[in-house]
Amino acid sequence: MLIRPKEGILDPQGKAVERALPALGFEGVHDVRVGRLVELETDDPAKLDDLCEKLLANPLIEDFEVELEQ
Amino acid sequence: MIGVIQFPGSCDERDALEAIRRVGDGRLVWHEETDLSDLDGVVIPGGFSYGDYLRAGAIARFSPAMEAVAGFAGEGGAVLGICNGFQVLCEAGLLPGALLPNEGLRFICRQVGLVAEDLRGPFGVELGPGDRLSIPIKHMSGRYFAPDEELDRLQAEGRIAFRYAPGENPNGSVRDIAGVLNEAGNVLGLMPHPEHAVDPLTGSEDGLALFRSLVGANHLTGRADARPPVSAA
Repeated sequence: MLIRPKEGILDPQGKAVERALPALGFEGVHDVRVGRLVELETDDPAKLDDLCEKLLANPLIEDFEVELEQ
Repeated sequence: MIGVIQFPGSCDERDALEAIRRVGDGRLVWHEETDLSDLDGVVIPGGFSYGDYLRAGAIARFSPAMEAVAGFAGEGGAVLGICNGFQVLCEAGLLPGALLPNEGLRFICRQVGLVAEDLRGPFGVELGPGDRLSIPIKHMSGRYFAPDEELDRLQAEGRIAFRYAPGENPNGSVRDIAGVLNEAGNVLGLMPHPEHAVDPLTGSEDGLALFRSLVGANHLTGRADARPPVSAA
């Protein structure tokens, strides 16, 4: 599950990363957004969207995507 | 009797209890407790419930005590969420919005000026629009957020309880919001800590007004009268 800050919501963590990059020689990087990746194993992948909405993400402030691997 | 919920990781429950006992009776409520029938009001205190893993307040909302608090609030019982308690109430859907990491990404601990706005019901007894309070904040994730249309609605419904005083917004909260009410006005959440402002020794006793309101809350909500007498059981 890939969880990221919703568009339009200030992401200070992303901003801090963005500000640090030029000092290391990484120029021209912008719009850095920091989210999180949750990996899990499940026997019931149909419930993953619900699981994201109820716990792993807060839909008010975060978007999520579910990716399945066999 | 006011109950203060104690989660693993709470850290302000004893200060909240001390604040309550200056003006009335209180007891701690362990997070596994579900019987709140002796309570006239509930405080969800500050701290780091269940380690605040994932997002602040995200796990605490699934605790047995929180399910009981949701029922209590639904019956009109007065609930005051402070700091982590505010985060828990938002995650539980009992209050609108969410608390994001501070704009400056730093933990902030200092006194701030607050202006009361639309307090009513159990919380509007002593405080009214324009009242100024000096109360400390101490948080990492206190940036209140709700979408614009939600904020317009909250404002129209008179549910913005507190704003940071002009120029004192410490964390980037939208519209300087420091505290909000639920629709019925019996659930209040705020980031500043009134329980740390109850004695002149620590610089302010402005927080006492909220605890006095809470102690007197059952007379206003009528909740106590609505309950069956204990002897009936």
